[in-house]
Amino acid sequence: MRTKRIKAIKFGLLSPKEIRKMSAVKVITADTYGEDGFPIEMGLVNQQLGVIDPGLRCKTCGGRMGECPGHFGHIELAAPVIHVGYAKLIHRILTATCRECGRVLLSEEEKRRYLEAIERQREKQADVDEVVKHIFKEAAKNEVCMYCGEYFSIDAEGLDEELNNKSSVGSELRDRIEDRGFSVSKNALLRREIDPECLFCWSRVPGVDNERLLQFLIQDFELTWLKNAHISISKKDDKTLVIARGKRSVEFSLSAKRDRVTLNLEDGSSYEFPVKKEGTELFVYNFRWLITDKEKVYILKKVLNKLDIYCGVRQKQIKHEKPTTYKEIDEDGKERRLMPTDVRERLERIPDEDVELFGMDPKSARPEWMVLTVLPVPPVTARPSITLESGQRSEDDLTHKLVDIIRINQRFMENRDAGAPQLIIEDLWELLQYHVNTYFDNEIPGIPPARHRSGRPLKTMAQRLKGKEGRFRGSLSGKRVNFSARTVISPDPDIEIDEVGVPEEIAKELTITVNVTERNLELMRETVRRGSKNHPGANYVRRADGKKVKVTESNHETLAEELDIGWKVERHLVDGDIVLFNRQPSLHRLSIMAHYVRVMPGKTFRLNPAVCPPYNADYDGDEMNLHVLQTEEARAEAKILMEVQRNIISPRFGRPIIGGIHDYITGLFLLTRGERKFNKEEALDILRDIDIEDLGEPAGTMDDGSPYWTGKQIFSAILPSGFDLQFRGKVCVKCEERGLRCEKEKCPREAYVVIRDGKLISGVIDEMAIGSFKGMIIDRIFRVRGEEAAKKFIKKASRLAINYILQAGFSFGISDEDISREGKEEIREVIQEAEQKVERLIRAYEAEELEALPGRTVEETLELLIMQELGRARDEAGEIAGRYLGIENSGVLMAKSGARGSILNLTQMAACVGQQSVRGERIMRGYQDRTLPHFKPGDMSADARGFVRSSFKDGLSPAEYFFHAIGGREALVDTAVRTSQSGYFQRRLINALQDLEVKYDGTVRETRDTVVQFRYGEDGVDPSKSVGGKSVDIDEILREEIGASA
Amino acid sequence: MKKGKVSILEHELVPLHEVMTEREVEELLNKYKIKKEQLPKIKASDPVIKEIKAREGDVVRITRKSRTAGRFLAYRLVTK
Repeated sequence: MRTKRIKAIKFGLLSPKEIRKMSAVKVITADTYGEDGFPIEMGLVNQQLGVIDPGLRCKTCGGRMGECPGHFGHIELAAPVIHVGYAKLIHRILTATCRECGRVLLSEEEKRRYLEAIERQREKQADVDEVVKHIFKEAAKNEVCMYCGEYFSIDAEGLDEELNNKSSVGSELRDRIEDRGFSVSKNALLRREIDPECLFCWSRVPGVDNERLLQFLIQDFELTWLKNAHISISKKDDKTLVIARGKRSVEFSLSAKRDRVTLNLEDGSSYEFPVKKEGTELFVYNFRWLITDKEKVYILKKVLNKLDIYCGVRQKQIKHEKPTTYKEIDEDGKERRLMPTDVRERLERIPDEDVELFGMDPKSARPEWMVLTVLPVPPVTARPSITLESGQRSEDDLTHKLVDIIRINQRFMENRDAGAPQLIIEDLWELLQYHVNTYFDNEIPGIPPARHRSGRPLKTMAQRLKGKEGRFRGSLSGKRVNFSARTVISPDPDIEIDEVGVPEEIAKELTITVNVTERNLELMRETVRRGSKNHPGANYVRRADGKKVKVTESNHETLAEELDIGWKVERHLVDGDIVLFNRQPSLHRLSIMAHYVRVMPGKTFRLNPAVCPPYNADYDGDEMNLHVLQTEEARAEAKILMEVQRNIISPRFGRPIIGGIHDYITGLFLLTRGERKFNKEEALDILRDIDIEDLGEPAGTMDDGSPYWTGKQIFSAILPSGFDLQFRGKVCVKCEERGLRCEKEKCPREAYVVIRDGKLISGVIDEMAIGSFKGMIIDRIFRVRGEEAAKKFIKKASRLAINYILQAGFSFGISDEDISREGKEEIREVIQEAEQKVERLIRAYEAEELEALPGRTVEETLELLIMQELGRARDEAGEIAGRYLGIENSGVLMAKSGARGSILNLTQMAACVGQQSVRGERIMRGYQDRTLPHFKPGDMSADARGFVRSSFKDGLSPAEYFFHAIGGREALVDTAVRTSQSGYFQRRLINALQDLEVKYDGTVRETRDTVVQFRYGEDGVDPSKSVGGKSVDIDEILREEIGASA
Repeated sequence: MKKGKVSILEHELVPLHEVMTEREVEELLNKYKIKKEQLPKIKASDPVIKEIKAREGDVVRITRKSRTAGRFLAYRLVTK
C-alpha cells in the first residue's frame, strides 16, 4: 500500500465574504414547511440547501437525494455577535492591543524578536503556542500605547525636586506640560521606574549595541565629541568600560555587587544607572518617569536639562464575563460594557503584521472574523428531518436552533427599524447572542442549556463532535460493523478449544459470499434451493451482472435453477467456517482469536472452558462478539495468525495461557494422586471418548487376580510417546529453600513430577502441570510437538479429567468447613494467645518501654508489631484448620492442587477472618479515640481496632460485622477506581504506541522510520517464542544434553 | 566543577555516554540504513551531554545494563 504523509494542516476562520460566497441562499424565514407540505422559499429547509426527500431534485445542483451533497445557506445577522468558541481568544487579543490604534502593545524591537521566535518554532514544526502565550502576557502588562501618541519636550530646569516627589504631579511640572497644550488632571499619578529599553549589554561590550550607547551619550549627555570617528570602546578590566577618542574619555564602572553602573564624566560629575541580570548577561538601563492620567500616560525621559515627553493612550483593563461579555474598567473602578460592535471595531483596527504575533495568518484568519456578522446555515443533509409514523415532521436539533436565531434576528431588526428604546434593543441583542452561543455549544458553563419542548437539552454543534459518542471517537475512529453477532456465552467441554458453538438463529443471519464455480455449482444450487429459512441456506444471490436478489420463499426454487457460474451466493454460516471471537475489554491480542463454527441449537455461544483464561471469561452472564470474515485473504490471515491453538502461549509471559481450570485440575489431581487402582473396565470407562493408542501393561493384579492399572498409567495414555519432562508441581513446599533436601521422585507430597518416554513415573498432576498460566506439560508439548499436539493434549486431558471426576464424584458444601472440637479449641488458644501478646505490647507502649524500629515512631512500631502478631495468628489458625480438615477435604484439595480458592479463603471460612484494614492500617476512624461506642476511648486492643476472630462459618459478632463491612467497602472502591484508572492509562499508552513497528532489521521504528529502539526489547526476543520470558531455557537444555540427573 | 560536587557520570544510575567519531557514526547510519535525523534525540541541555561536552549534531553511544540482553547499546543524536 502506498502511504502519503500529510505535510501540513491549516486552520482558518470563515470570513463574512467567504460565508456569503459559499452560500446558495439567504435564509430569512424561520418556518420550514408550508401548509402544502412543501418547503418554503428562503426557509430553513430550502430546496436550494439540498434534498432529503426521495424523488425531489436539488434546486442548486439538480442532483437527486444521495447525489447532491447539500449546500450552505446564510443568515445576515442584524447585529454582530461574539463566537463563543473564540471568546477567550478575543479577550486576550483585546487586552494585548491598543484601545485606540489597535496595535499590539509591544515595542517594534520586541515584535521583531517574537516574530522571529514564532518563525523558528514553525521551522522546527514545533508548537508556537508557548511563544504566543508569552506575547499575550507581555503585551497585557503594557499600560500605554507606544504608537499612536505624541512626542514633545519641556525645560527640566528646576524640576528635580518635583520629579523626586513620589505619587503626585507638582504644579510647576503640570504648568509646563499644559503650556504645550496637554492637560494633566489634579489626581494624576507620578512615579519613577526603570526604562524597559536597555542601553547596552555590559556582558557583551564591545559588541552589538555600541551604536545605541554612543547615540545615548551624544544625545542625553551632549558629548558631541563622540560624534567623530575613531572612537574606541574597550574594557579596561572586568569592572570598567572606557570610551575614548584621543585624550578625551568617559568611563562606566560596575559596582561590586553588580547591580548598578556609574558613568564618570570628564568634569568629575557622575551618573548612576540600574543594572538587571538576565541569565548570565547584565543589561544596563536608565530611569524614566510616568504620569498616569485618566486617558493618557506621559512618559518622561530626562536629557540633560530637557524632559523628552511621550504622551500615549492609557490602556484600560478589560474584564471577560463568561461566556461572551466584555467590560472595560476605569481606574476609579467604573465598568463600561463593550458591545460586539465595539469589539469588532477594535479587532478590525489591528494591522495584519500585528495579527501574526498571535500565531494567526491574517490572510486566512482576521481577528474580527471571530465576531460574527453572517452566520452560515449548514445544508439540510447535515440536519435531516424525520417523518414520524403519524405523518408529522420532526426537525433536527440544529434546525430548531436556527429557527430560534432567525426569529430573534427578525424581531431585532423590526424593533430597531421601529426605533425601539435602547434597553429593548440591548435585551434582544443579548437574546440573539444567547441563541447563537447555544447553537455552537449547548454545554457552556454559566448559561442555561437550550431545551427541546420535551425538556431534553438540544444537541448542537459542539455536542455532535465532543466526547465518546461524538463524531471523532464515535463515528470516525469507531463504527458499527456488519457481519457480527453478540450473545451470552455458555460452556461446552465437548467441542474443541478452537471451536465456537453458534446458535442456528445466528448462523442463518450471518453470511459468507461464495463465488459460484464449476466445482461448487451443484452444492450452491442445493444451498439456494433450501432458501433463507432452512439452515444451510442462502440469504442473497448476486447475478453475474452484479444485481443483488433476495432469496425468498417464493423465488428460491427458480433462483436455484437459474444459478450459474460467475454468480455469487451469500450463504449461511456452516460448520467449519472461520470466524473471529472476542470478549471486551480487549486488553491483549488474545482477546480476539479465530474459532471454527459449530452450528448448534440454543441461543448462546458455546465455548470450551479451557479457553476462558485468555478472554478472561466466565459463564455468569458474559456476552461475547463474533465477526464473520468476508474475504479469502482475511480468512487465511486469521487461520495463520489468530487460531486458538497458535495462541496457547501468551506473548505476555511466554507460558501457556490456555489450559485446565477448576474441575479439570481437580479431576486429574484425584486421578494421578497415589496409586489408585482401576480394573480394565474402570480404566477404559475413564478413557472413553479419548483417542488412545495403548493403555500399556497392567501394573499388577488385584487380590482377586484380575489385572489393574494405576491412575498415573491412565494419565500416561494421553501423553505423547517419547515425551520427557520433569518439574516441581504446585504442591511442592520448596524444601530446598528451607534447608532440607529435595526428595525428588520420592517426595512424600508427590510434588516432583517425572515423565519419561510418555509415562508419568512419579508426581501428581496439578495446576503447575496442566493449569492455565502455568501448564508445564502443555508448554513442553507445544514447543516440542507443535500447536496441534498441544491442542489435542488439552482436549484429551479435559475429557479424561471430566470422565474421572464424574465417576469419582466431587462436592464442597458448608459442612466441609466443619472442624472438630479439638481443632476449634486449638485455634481459640492460638488467637487468645495472640490477643494477650497484643495486650502486652500495648502495656509496654504505655509504660514507654517499647523500642522504636529504625525510621519509625514508637506508635508506628506498635501498630506494625500488632499487625504482624495478628497476621501470624490468623495464618497459624489457618494451618491448624487445614490440618484438621485434612487433604481429603474438598476445599483443601482444591486449594492445594490450584483448582480453585486458596488456603486463605479456607482459613477465613473455617478458622478466623483476621484483621480488617483501611489503607493498610488497622481501623482507626469513627469516633474520637475509638472506633465504636462499645469500646473505651483509647482502647488499642485487637478487637477494638477491627480484628475479626470469628470465622465466616461461625458467624461474625455485630462489631466484627461492622469492621468487615468497612474493609469490604474499601476493597470495592479500590477495584472500581483501579479499573477506570488503568483503562484510561491503557488508552493513553495505546494512542502513544500504536504506530510503532518492529522492522525486519530488528529495530523498532515509528512511521517516519525514526528509530525508537535499536533492538526490540533490547534482546530482540519475541516473548511468545520465549520460555517464561527467557530466550533460552538453560536448565532444560542441560537436562536434555546430560540426562535427567541435572 | 565546583569543589565537593560529584560528577554525575560517576553515578550508578547514569549509563556510559560517549561521543562517537565520524567514522563510527557513518558505520552506524549505514548499518541501519538511516539518516542522522532518524536517530533518537537527546537534548544538548541534558546534564550528561553537558558533562561529556558533546555538541549539537554529535551522536552519543550509550552503553546500558539491560535486564533482557545484559548489555545494550543505544545511540542518540544531540539536538538543541
